[in-house]
Amino acid sequence: MAAVLALTAVGLSLVFGVMRVVNVAHGEFFMLGAVAAWFVTSWMPGPPWLGFVATLLLAPLAVAAVAALADRLVLKRLNYDPEATIVATIGLLYILQQAALSLYGPDARPVPAPFELRLQLPWFGYSGYKLFVVAAAGLVLLAVWLIMTRSRIGLVMRATQIDRPTAQAFGIDVDRVYAGVFAMGAGLAAIAAVLIVPIQQAHYLMGGDPLLLSFIVVIIGGLGSLRGTLVAALLIGLSDGVISVFYAPTLAKILATLFVALVLVFRPQGLFGAKA
Amino acid sequence: MLRLDGIDAGYGNVQVLRGLSLEASPGEVLCVMGRNGAGKTTMLRAIMGQVKLTAGNITLDGARVDGLPPHRAPRQGIGYVPQGRRLFGPMTVAENLEIGLMTRGKGAATRERVLELFPRLRERLGQVSATLSGGEQQMLAIARALCLEPQVLLLDEPTEGLQPSMIALIRQTVTALKATGVATVLVEQRVEAVLSMADRVAFVENGAVAELVAAAGLAADAPQFRRYVGV
Repeated sequence: MAAVLALTAVGLSLVFGVMRVVNVAHGEFFMLGAVAAWFVTSWMPGPPWLGFVATLLLAPLAVAAVAALADRLVLKRLNYDPEATIVATIGLLYILQQAALSLYGPDARPVPAPFELRLQLPWFGYSGYKLFVVAAAGLVLLAVWLIMTRSRIGLVMRATQIDRPTAQAFGIDVDRVYAGVFAMGAGLAAIAAVLIVPIQQAHYLMGGDPLLLSFIVVIIGGLGSLRGTLVAALLIGLSDGVISVFYAPTLAKILATLFVALVLVFRPQGLFGAKA
Repeated sequence: MLRLDGIDAGYGNVQVLRGLSLEASPGEVLCVMGRNGAGKTTMLRAIMGQVKLTAGNITLDGARVDGLPPHRAPRQGIGYVPQGRRLFGPMTVAENLEIGLMTRGKGAATRERVLELFPRLRERLGQVSATLSGGEQQMLAIARALCLEPQVLLLDEPTEGLQPSMIALIRQTVTALKATGVATVLVEQRVEAVLSMADRVAFVENGAVAELVAAAGLAADAPQFRRYVGV
Protein backbone atom coordinates (compact mmCIF):
# COMPACT_ATOMS: atom_id res chain seq x y z
CA MET A 1 0.00 0.00 0.00
CA ALA A 2 2.70 2.47 1.04
CA ALA A 3 4.83 1.64 -2.02
CA VAL A 4 1.93 2.06 -4.44
CA LEU A 5 0.77 5.20 -2.69
CA ALA A 6 4.29 6.61 -2.96
CA LEU A 7 4.26 6.04 -6.73
CA THR A 8 0.86 7.70 -7.16
CA ALA A 9 1.72 10.61 -4.88
CA VAL A 10 5.10 11.20 -6.53
CA GLY A 11 3.25 11.61 -9.84
CA LEU A 12 0.92 14.20 -8.29
CA SER A 13 3.79 15.96 -6.55
CA LEU A 14 5.87 16.07 -9.73
CA VAL A 15 3.03 17.70 -11.67
CA PHE A 16 2.47 20.28 -8.96
CA GLY A 17 6.19 20.86 -8.38
CA VAL A 18 7.09 21.53 -12.01
CA MET A 19 3.83 22.87 -13.46
CA ARG A 20 2.13 24.35 -10.37
CA VAL A 21 -0.98 22.47 -11.47
CA VAL A 22 -3.14 20.78 -8.81
CA ASN A 23 -4.29 17.80 -10.83
CA VAL A 24 -7.65 16.75 -9.43
CA ALA A 25 -7.93 14.14 -12.23
CA HIS A 26 -4.83 12.29 -11.00
CA GLY A 27 -6.91 9.50 -9.44
CA GLU A 28 -8.62 8.92 -12.77
CA PHE A 29 -5.27 8.29 -14.45
CA PHE A 30 -4.77 5.65 -11.74
CA MET A 31 -8.20 4.20 -12.60
CA LEU A 32 -7.39 4.25 -16.34
CA GLY A 33 -4.21 2.28 -15.61
CA ALA A 34 -6.20 -0.39 -13.78
CA VAL A 35 -8.86 -0.55 -16.51
CA ALA A 36 -6.17 -0.74 -19.19
CA ALA A 37 -4.60 -3.59 -17.20
CA TRP A 38 -7.89 -5.48 -17.33
CA PHE A 39 -8.23 -4.96 -21.09
CA VAL A 40 -4.67 -6.03 -21.86
CA THR A 41 -4.68 -9.11 -19.61
CA SER A 42 -8.11 -10.14 -20.95
CA TRP A 43 -7.00 -9.96 -24.56
CA MET A 44 -3.48 -11.21 -24.13
CA PRO A 45 -3.15 -14.97 -24.75
CA GLY A 46 -0.64 -17.04 -22.82
CA PRO A 47 0.29 -17.25 -19.16
CA PRO A 48 -0.73 -14.47 -16.70
CA TRP A 49 2.84 -13.19 -16.32
CA LEU A 50 3.01 -12.43 -20.05
CA GLY A 51 -0.16 -10.35 -19.89
CA PHE A 52 1.14 -8.61 -16.79
CA VAL A 53 4.45 -7.69 -18.44
CA ALA A 54 2.58 -6.40 -21.50
CA THR A 55 0.28 -4.39 -19.21
CA LEU A 56 3.18 -2.95 -17.27
CA LEU A 57 4.57 -1.61 -20.54
CA LEU A 58 1.40 -0.66 -22.41
CA ALA A 59 -0.92 0.74 -19.73
CA PRO A 60 1.42 3.53 -18.50
CA LEU A 61 2.19 4.48 -22.10
CA ALA A 62 -1.48 4.63 -23.03
CA VAL A 63 -2.39 6.63 -19.92
CA ALA A 64 0.59 8.95 -20.46
CA ALA A 65 -0.64 9.54 -24.03
CA VAL A 66 -4.13 10.44 -22.72
CA ALA A 67 -2.52 12.84 -20.22
CA ALA A 68 -0.33 14.47 -22.87
CA LEU A 69 -3.43 14.94 -25.03
CA ALA A 70 -5.31 16.48 -22.08
CA ASP A 71 -2.36 18.80 -21.49
CA ARG A 72 -2.41 19.99 -25.10
CA LEU A 73 -6.18 20.30 -25.41
CA VAL A 74 -6.98 21.73 -21.99
CA LEU A 75 -4.15 22.87 -19.70
CA LYS A 76 -2.02 24.58 -22.35
CA ARG A 77 -5.02 26.55 -23.57
CA LEU A 78 -5.49 27.83 -20.01
CA ASN A 79 -1.83 28.86 -19.95
CA TYR A 80 -1.45 26.61 -16.87
CA ASP A 81 -3.25 29.17 -14.73
CA PRO A 82 -3.28 27.61 -11.22
CA GLU A 83 -6.95 28.34 -10.45
CA ALA A 84 -8.36 27.62 -13.90
CA THR A 85 -6.53 24.28 -14.11
CA ILE A 86 -8.12 23.09 -10.86
CA VAL A 87 -11.57 23.59 -12.39
CA ALA A 88 -10.42 22.08 -15.68
CA THR A 89 -9.00 18.95 -14.04
CA ILE A 90 -12.24 18.51 -12.08
CA GLY A 91 -13.97 18.47 -15.46
CA LEU A 92 -11.36 16.06 -16.79
CA LEU A 93 -12.01 13.79 -13.80
CA TYR A 94 -15.67 13.42 -14.76
CA ILE A 95 -14.92 13.02 -18.47
CA LEU A 96 -12.44 10.19 -17.80
CA GLN A 97 -14.74 8.56 -15.23
CA GLN A 98 -17.77 8.62 -17.52
CA ALA A 99 -15.71 7.46 -20.49
CA ALA A 100 -14.56 4.47 -18.43
CA LEU A 101 -18.15 3.78 -17.36
CA SER A 102 -19.28 3.83 -21.00
CA LEU A 103 -16.45 1.73 -22.43
CA TYR A 104 -15.68 -0.59 -19.52
CA GLY A 105 -18.95 -0.77 -17.61
CA PRO A 106 -19.96 -0.43 -13.96
CA ASP A 107 -18.61 -3.80 -12.76
CA ALA A 108 -15.49 -4.34 -10.70
CA ARG A 109 -13.38 -6.91 -12.55
CA PRO A 110 -10.42 -8.92 -11.29
CA VAL A 111 -7.04 -8.95 -12.95
CA PRO A 112 -4.95 -12.08 -12.37
CA ALA A 113 -1.65 -11.77 -10.51
CA PRO A 114 1.37 -12.63 -12.69
CA PHE A 115 2.39 -15.40 -10.32
CA GLU A 116 1.10 -17.19 -7.23
CA LEU A 117 3.65 -17.44 -4.48
CA ARG A 118 3.23 -17.50 -0.74
CA LEU A 119 6.26 -16.99 1.41
CA GLN A 120 5.91 -19.00 4.58
CA LEU A 121 7.81 -17.23 7.33
CA PRO A 122 8.19 -18.87 10.78
CA TRP A 123 5.46 -16.78 12.37
CA PHE A 124 3.16 -15.97 9.42
CA GLY A 125 2.79 -16.35 5.68
CA TYR A 126 3.06 -13.45 3.24
CA SER A 127 2.10 -12.94 -0.39
CA GLY A 128 5.13 -13.07 -2.66
CA TYR A 129 3.33 -10.82 -5.11
CA LYS A 130 2.96 -8.07 -2.49
CA LEU A 131 6.70 -8.16 -1.89
CA PHE A 132 7.19 -7.96 -5.65
CA VAL A 133 4.96 -4.85 -5.69
CA VAL A 134 7.14 -3.22 -3.02
CA ALA A 135 10.32 -4.05 -4.95
CA ALA A 136 8.88 -2.91 -8.30
CA ALA A 137 7.58 0.35 -6.84
CA GLY A 138 10.96 0.91 -5.19
CA LEU A 139 12.72 0.41 -8.52
CA VAL A 140 10.39 2.84 -10.32
CA LEU A 141 10.87 5.44 -7.58
CA LEU A 142 14.64 4.99 -7.82
CA ALA A 143 14.39 5.51 -11.58
CA VAL A 144 12.35 8.71 -11.04
CA TRP A 145 14.94 9.97 -8.56
CA LEU A 146 17.79 9.21 -10.98
CA ILE A 147 15.96 10.94 -13.82
CA MET A 148 15.33 14.03 -11.70
CA THR A 149 18.82 14.33 -10.23
CA ARG A 150 21.19 12.76 -12.74
CA SER A 151 19.77 13.22 -16.23
CA ARG A 152 19.48 16.11 -18.66
CA ILE A 153 15.71 15.66 -18.74
CA GLY A 154 15.65 16.06 -14.96
CA LEU A 155 17.85 19.15 -15.19
CA VAL A 156 15.46 20.70 -17.69
CA MET A 157 12.48 19.81 -15.50
CA ARG A 158 14.11 21.33 -12.42
CA ALA A 159 15.07 24.49 -14.30
CA THR A 160 11.47 24.86 -15.50
CA GLN A 161 10.25 24.31 -11.94
CA ILE A 162 12.57 26.98 -10.52
CA ASP A 163 12.04 29.76 -13.07
CA ARG A 164 9.91 29.32 -16.17
CA PRO A 165 10.84 32.57 -18.05
CA THR A 166 14.56 32.07 -17.44
CA ALA A 167 14.31 28.45 -18.57
CA GLN A 168 12.74 29.73 -21.80
CA ALA A 169 15.55 32.28 -22.15
CA PHE A 170 17.92 29.31 -22.31
CA GLY A 171 16.06 27.54 -25.08
CA ILE A 172 13.92 25.22 -22.97
CA ASP A 173 10.57 24.54 -24.60
CA VAL A 174 8.48 24.83 -21.47
CA ASP A 175 5.25 23.65 -23.14
CA ARG A 176 6.98 20.43 -24.11
CA VAL A 177 8.37 19.98 -20.61
CA TYR A 178 4.90 20.49 -19.14
CA ALA A 179 3.35 17.95 -21.52
CA GLY A 180 6.11 15.48 -20.62
CA VAL A 181 5.75 16.02 -16.88
CA PHE A 182 1.96 15.70 -17.00
CA ALA A 183 2.33 12.48 -18.99
CA MET A 184 5.00 11.21 -16.59
CA GLY A 185 2.83 11.95 -13.55
CA ALA A 186 -0.10 10.09 -15.12
CA GLY A 187 2.19 7.25 -16.18
CA LEU A 188 3.38 6.82 -12.59
CA ALA A 189 -0.22 6.64 -11.39
CA ALA A 190 -0.90 4.03 -14.08
CA ILE A 191 2.13 1.93 -13.03
CA ALA A 192 0.88 2.07 -9.44
CA ALA A 193 -2.55 0.88 -10.60
CA VAL A 194 -1.14 -1.97 -12.69
CA LEU A 195 0.85 -3.15 -9.67
CA ILE A 196 -2.07 -2.97 -7.24
CA VAL A 197 -4.92 -4.16 -9.46
CA PRO A 198 -4.23 -7.91 -8.99
CA ILE A 199 -4.70 -7.30 -5.24
CA GLN A 200 -7.77 -5.08 -5.66
CA GLN A 201 -10.08 -5.01 -8.70
CA ALA A 202 -10.48 -2.64 -11.64
CA HIS A 203 -13.49 -0.37 -11.27
CA TYR A 204 -14.45 2.94 -12.86
CA LEU A 205 -14.87 4.64 -9.45
CA MET A 206 -11.57 3.42 -7.97
CA GLY A 207 -9.75 6.75 -8.52
CA GLY A 208 -11.20 8.50 -5.44
CA ASP A 209 -9.15 6.83 -2.69
CA PRO A 210 -5.75 7.14 -4.39
CA LEU A 211 -6.49 10.80 -5.12
CA LEU A 212 -7.45 11.56 -1.53
CA LEU A 213 -4.47 9.67 -0.10
CA SER A 214 -2.09 11.23 -2.64
CA PHE A 215 -3.24 14.71 -1.64
CA ILE A 216 -2.83 13.79 2.02
CA VAL A 217 0.68 12.52 1.29
CA VAL A 218 1.84 15.52 -0.73
CA ILE A 219 0.40 17.98 1.78
CA ILE A 220 2.12 16.21 4.66
CA GLY A 221 5.35 15.73 2.74
CA GLY A 222 5.37 19.23 1.26
CA LEU A 223 4.00 20.05 -2.20
CA GLY A 224 6.69 19.50 -4.82
CA SER A 225 9.11 17.74 -2.47
CA LEU A 226 9.96 14.23 -3.68
CA ARG A 227 11.72 13.29 -0.45
CA GLY A 228 8.78 14.51 1.64
CA THR A 229 6.33 12.65 -0.59
CA LEU A 230 8.20 9.37 -0.08
CA VAL A 231 8.41 9.73 3.70
CA ALA A 232 4.75 10.76 3.98
CA ALA A 233 3.64 7.91 1.69
CA LEU A 234 5.42 5.44 3.94
CA LEU A 235 3.86 7.00 7.02
CA ILE A 236 0.31 7.17 5.64
CA GLY A 237 0.49 3.89 3.70
CA LEU A 238 1.69 1.86 6.65
CA SER A 239 -0.66 3.49 9.17
CA ASP A 240 -3.60 3.11 6.76
CA GLY A 241 -2.80 -0.60 6.32
CA VAL A 242 -2.34 -1.32 10.03
CA ILE A 243 -5.37 0.67 11.21
CA SER A 244 -7.57 -0.77 8.43
CA VAL A 245 -6.64 -4.34 9.41
CA PHE A 246 -6.93 -3.98 13.17
CA TYR A 247 -9.74 -1.40 13.40
CA ALA A 248 -11.56 -0.02 10.31
CA PRO A 249 -10.58 1.58 6.97
CA THR A 250 -12.80 4.59 7.78
CA LEU A 251 -10.90 5.22 11.01
CA ALA A 252 -7.63 5.12 9.03
CA LYS A 253 -8.92 7.84 6.66
CA ILE A 254 -10.23 9.93 9.57
CA LEU A 255 -6.85 9.81 11.32
CA ALA A 256 -4.96 10.62 8.11
CA THR A 257 -7.23 13.61 7.47
CA LEU A 258 -6.75 14.76 11.07
CA PHE A 259 -3.00 14.51 10.60
CA VAL A 260 -3.26 16.68 7.47
CA ALA A 261 -5.25 19.26 9.43
CA LEU A 262 -2.55 19.34 12.11
CA VAL A 263 0.19 19.71 9.50
CA LEU A 264 -1.72 22.54 7.81
CA VAL A 265 -2.10 24.34 11.14
CA PHE A 266 1.41 23.88 12.54
CA ARG A 267 3.56 23.42 9.43
CA PRO A 268 1.62 24.58 6.35
CA GLN A 269 4.55 24.01 3.99
CA GLY A 270 4.56 20.30 4.90
CA LEU A 271 7.21 18.29 6.72
CA PHE A 272 9.82 18.71 3.98
CA GLY A 273 8.47 21.64 1.97
CA ALA A 274 10.26 24.97 1.66
CA LYS A 275 8.65 28.01 3.32
CA ALA A 276 6.89 30.27 0.83
CA MET B 1 23.42 42.48 -36.81
CA LEU B 2 20.51 42.89 -34.41
CA ARG B 3 17.96 45.40 -35.62
CA LEU B 4 14.87 46.70 -33.84
CA ASP B 5 12.64 48.53 -36.24
CA GLY B 6 9.86 50.72 -34.84
CA ILE B 7 8.76 48.27 -32.17
CA ASP B 8 5.71 48.77 -29.96
CA ALA B 9 5.20 46.51 -26.96
CA GLY B 10 3.73 46.51 -23.47
CA TYR B 11 1.86 44.58 -20.84
CA GLY B 12 -1.88 44.24 -21.32
CA ASN B 13 -3.30 47.68 -21.98
CA VAL B 14 -0.13 49.45 -20.85
CA GLN B 15 2.05 50.36 -23.81
CA VAL B 16 5.71 50.67 -22.83
CA LEU B 17 7.66 50.75 -26.11
CA ARG B 18 6.56 53.26 -28.72
CA GLY B 19 8.26 52.88 -32.08
CA LEU B 20 11.67 52.05 -30.64
CA SER B 21 14.40 51.53 -33.24
CA LEU B 22 18.00 50.42 -32.63
CA GLU B 23 20.82 48.48 -34.24
CA ALA B 24 23.71 46.60 -32.67
CA SER B 25 26.53 45.49 -34.97
CA PRO B 26 28.90 42.56 -34.42
CA GLY B 27 31.72 43.54 -32.05
CA GLU B 28 29.86 46.61 -30.85
CA VAL B 29 28.88 47.50 -27.29
CA LEU B 30 25.65 49.46 -27.37
CA CYS B 31 24.62 50.88 -24.02
CA VAL B 32 21.01 51.72 -23.34
CA MET B 33 20.29 54.29 -20.65
CA GLY B 34 17.13 55.86 -19.35
CA ARG B 35 15.08 56.44 -16.25
CA ASN B 36 13.15 53.68 -14.48
CA GLY B 37 10.10 52.80 -16.54
CA ALA B 38 11.57 54.17 -19.77
CA GLY B 39 11.27 50.71 -21.37
CA LYS B 40 14.85 49.36 -21.23
CA THR B 41 14.05 45.99 -19.68
CA THR B 42 10.87 45.67 -21.74
CA MET B 43 13.01 46.17 -24.87
CA LEU B 44 15.31 43.30 -23.82
CA ARG B 45 12.33 41.10 -22.98
CA ALA B 46 10.79 41.92 -26.36
CA ILE B 47 14.01 40.83 -28.07
CA MET B 48 13.84 37.56 -26.10
CA GLY B 49 10.24 37.00 -27.18
CA GLN B 50 8.98 37.28 -23.61
CA VAL B 51 6.91 40.35 -24.46
CA LYS B 52 4.88 40.32 -27.66
CA LEU B 53 5.26 43.15 -30.17
CA THR B 54 2.18 45.02 -31.29
CA ALA B 55 4.04 46.77 -34.12
CA GLY B 56 7.44 46.79 -35.77
CA ASN B 57 9.89 43.93 -36.12
CA ILE B 58 13.14 42.54 -34.77
CA THR B 59 15.69 40.89 -37.04
CA LEU B 60 18.97 39.10 -36.45
CA ASP B 61 21.18 39.06 -39.54
CA GLY B 62 18.11 39.83 -41.63
CA ALA B 63 15.95 37.01 -40.23
CA ARG B 64 12.86 37.88 -38.19
CA VAL B 65 13.11 36.82 -34.56
CA ASP B 66 9.98 38.52 -33.27
CA GLY B 67 6.90 36.33 -33.18
CA LEU B 68 8.95 33.25 -32.35
CA PRO B 69 8.10 31.37 -29.15
CA PRO B 70 10.31 32.56 -26.25
CA HIS B 71 12.51 29.44 -26.28
CA ARG B 72 13.51 30.05 -29.90
CA ALA B 73 15.33 33.39 -29.38
CA PRO B 74 18.31 31.78 -27.60
CA ARG B 75 18.47 29.15 -30.33
CA GLN B 76 18.98 31.95 -32.84
CA GLY B 77 22.03 33.07 -30.86
CA ILE B 78 20.72 35.65 -28.40
CA GLY B 79 22.05 35.34 -24.86
CA TYR B 80 20.32 37.11 -21.98
CA VAL B 81 21.55 38.08 -18.53
CA PRO B 82 18.39 39.32 -16.81
CA GLN B 83 18.25 41.94 -14.11
CA GLY B 84 18.71 40.34 -10.70
CA ARG B 85 20.64 37.44 -12.33
CA ARG B 86 17.76 34.94 -12.14
CA LEU B 87 20.05 31.99 -11.51
CA PHE B 88 18.58 28.56 -10.93
CA GLY B 89 19.32 29.02 -7.24
CA PRO B 90 19.00 25.48 -5.87
CA MET B 91 21.19 24.10 -8.68
CA THR B 92 24.96 23.93 -8.60
CA VAL B 93 27.23 26.18 -10.64
CA ALA B 94 27.98 23.26 -12.98
CA GLU B 95 24.26 22.60 -13.52
CA ASN B 96 23.58 26.26 -14.29
CA LEU B 97 26.33 26.17 -16.90
CA GLU B 98 24.95 22.90 -18.29
CA ILE B 99 21.58 24.59 -18.87
CA GLY B 100 23.40 27.25 -20.87
CA LEU B 101 25.30 24.64 -22.88
CA MET B 102 22.26 22.58 -23.85
CA THR B 103 20.84 24.78 -26.55
CA ARG B 104 23.74 26.00 -28.66
CA GLY B 105 26.98 25.44 -26.81
CA LYS B 106 29.72 23.24 -28.19
CA GLY B 107 30.02 21.16 -25.05
CA ALA B 108 33.31 20.89 -23.19
CA ALA B 109 35.12 23.38 -25.46
CA THR B 110 32.58 26.14 -24.77
CA ARG B 111 32.53 25.39 -21.07
CA GLU B 112 36.33 25.50 -20.93
CA ARG B 113 36.44 28.86 -22.69
CA VAL B 114 33.83 30.30 -20.35
CA LEU B 115 35.63 29.01 -17.26
CA GLU B 116 38.84 30.61 -18.51
CA LEU B 117 37.01 33.94 -18.44
CA PHE B 118 35.75 33.26 -14.91
CA PRO B 119 38.34 31.05 -13.16
CA ARG B 120 36.66 31.56 -9.79
CA LEU B 121 33.64 29.61 -11.01
CA ARG B 122 35.87 26.62 -11.73
CA GLU B 123 36.62 26.41 -8.00
CA ARG B 124 32.92 26.50 -7.21
CA LEU B 125 31.46 24.10 -9.77
CA GLY B 126 29.87 21.86 -7.13
CA GLN B 127 28.53 24.73 -5.01
CA VAL B 128 24.81 25.55 -4.93
CA SER B 129 24.53 28.81 -6.86
CA ALA B 130 22.24 30.51 -4.33
CA THR B 131 25.09 30.36 -1.81
CA LEU B 132 27.55 32.31 -4.02
CA SER B 133 28.39 35.94 -3.27
CA GLY B 134 26.61 38.64 -5.31
CA GLY B 135 29.63 39.13 -7.56
CA GLU B 136 30.06 35.42 -8.13
CA GLN B 137 26.37 35.10 -8.94
CA GLN B 138 26.72 37.81 -11.56
CA MET B 139 29.76 36.03 -13.01
CA LEU B 140 27.72 32.85 -13.20
CA ALA B 141 24.78 34.64 -14.85
CA ILE B 142 27.10 35.99 -17.55
CA ALA B 143 28.97 32.68 -17.87
CA ARG B 144 25.69 30.81 -18.27
CA ALA B 145 24.64 33.15 -21.09
CA LEU B 146 28.04 32.80 -22.76
CA CYS B 147 27.59 29.02 -22.74
CA LEU B 148 24.99 29.64 -25.47
CA GLU B 149 27.80 30.90 -27.76
CA PRO B 150 25.68 33.99 -28.46
CA GLN B 151 26.02 36.32 -31.43
CA VAL B 152 24.21 38.94 -29.39
CA LEU B 153 24.46 39.30 -25.62
CA LEU B 154 21.84 41.26 -23.70
CA LEU B 155 22.95 42.44 -20.26
CA ASP B 156 20.42 44.05 -17.94
CA GLU B 157 22.16 46.17 -15.28
CA PRO B 158 25.00 43.69 -14.68
CA THR B 159 26.93 46.02 -12.34
CA GLU B 160 23.99 46.66 -10.02
CA GLY B 161 25.03 46.23 -6.39
CA LEU B 162 28.55 45.04 -7.18
CA GLN B 163 31.88 46.12 -5.73
CA PRO B 164 34.43 47.90 -8.01
CA SER B 165 36.62 44.81 -8.54
CA MET B 166 33.62 42.89 -9.87
CA ILE B 167 32.62 45.76 -12.12
CA ALA B 168 36.16 45.75 -13.50
CA LEU B 169 35.86 42.03 -14.21
CA ILE B 170 32.59 42.56 -16.08
CA ARG B 171 34.23 45.35 -18.07
CA GLN B 172 37.10 43.01 -19.00
CA THR B 173 34.63 40.34 -20.07
CA VAL B 174 32.61 42.71 -22.25
CA THR B 175 35.83 43.94 -23.86
CA ALA B 176 36.95 40.35 -24.51
CA LEU B 177 33.58 39.55 -26.10
CA LYS B 178 33.82 42.62 -28.31
CA ALA B 179 37.04 41.22 -29.73
CA THR B 180 35.28 37.98 -30.63
CA GLY B 181 32.58 39.80 -32.61
CA VAL B 182 29.73 39.46 -30.15
CA ALA B 183 27.28 42.36 -30.27
CA THR B 184 26.50 43.47 -26.71
CA VAL B 185 23.41 45.40 -25.71
CA LEU B 186 24.05 46.70 -22.21
CA VAL B 187 21.34 48.29 -20.13
CA GLU B 188 23.20 50.28 -17.50
CA GLN B 189 22.68 53.15 -15.08
CA ARG B 190 26.29 53.82 -13.98
CA VAL B 191 27.83 56.56 -16.07
CA GLU B 192 31.44 55.47 -15.48
CA ALA B 193 30.63 51.87 -16.44
CA VAL B 194 28.93 53.08 -19.63
CA LEU B 195 31.78 55.35 -20.61
CA SER B 196 34.36 52.61 -20.05
CA MET B 197 32.54 49.96 -22.10
CA ALA B 198 30.25 51.52 -24.69
CA ASP B 199 30.83 52.29 -28.34
CA ARG B 200 27.49 54.03 -28.64
CA VAL B 201 24.90 55.10 -26.10
CA ALA B 202 21.15 55.10 -26.74
CA PHE B 203 19.11 57.28 -24.40
CA VAL B 204 15.59 55.93 -24.06
CA GLU B 205 12.67 58.06 -22.99
CA ASN B 206 8.97 57.13 -23.02
CA GLY B 207 9.59 53.87 -24.87
CA ALA B 208 11.60 55.30 -27.77
CA VAL B 209 15.20 56.23 -28.47
CA ALA B 210 15.45 59.95 -27.80
CA GLU B 211 19.12 60.31 -28.64
CA LEU B 212 21.84 58.00 -29.98
CA VAL B 213 25.43 59.20 -29.61
CA ALA B 214 28.96 57.85 -29.86
CA ALA B 215 30.37 57.16 -26.39
CA ALA B 216 33.66 58.77 -27.36
CA GLY B 217 31.85 62.10 -27.62
CA LEU B 218 30.39 61.90 -24.12
CA ALA B 219 31.93 63.24 -20.95
CA ALA B 220 30.92 62.13 -17.45
CA ASP B 221 29.07 65.41 -17.00
CA ALA B 222 27.39 65.36 -20.41
CA PRO B 223 23.91 66.95 -20.33
CA GLN B 224 22.31 63.77 -21.71
CA PHE B 225 23.04 61.91 -18.47
CA ARG B 226 21.24 64.56 -16.45
CA ARG B 227 18.38 64.84 -18.87
CA TYR B 228 17.64 61.17 -19.57
CA VAL B 229 19.02 59.37 -16.50
CA GLY B 230 18.88 62.04 -13.82
CA VAL B 231 22.49 61.71 -12.65
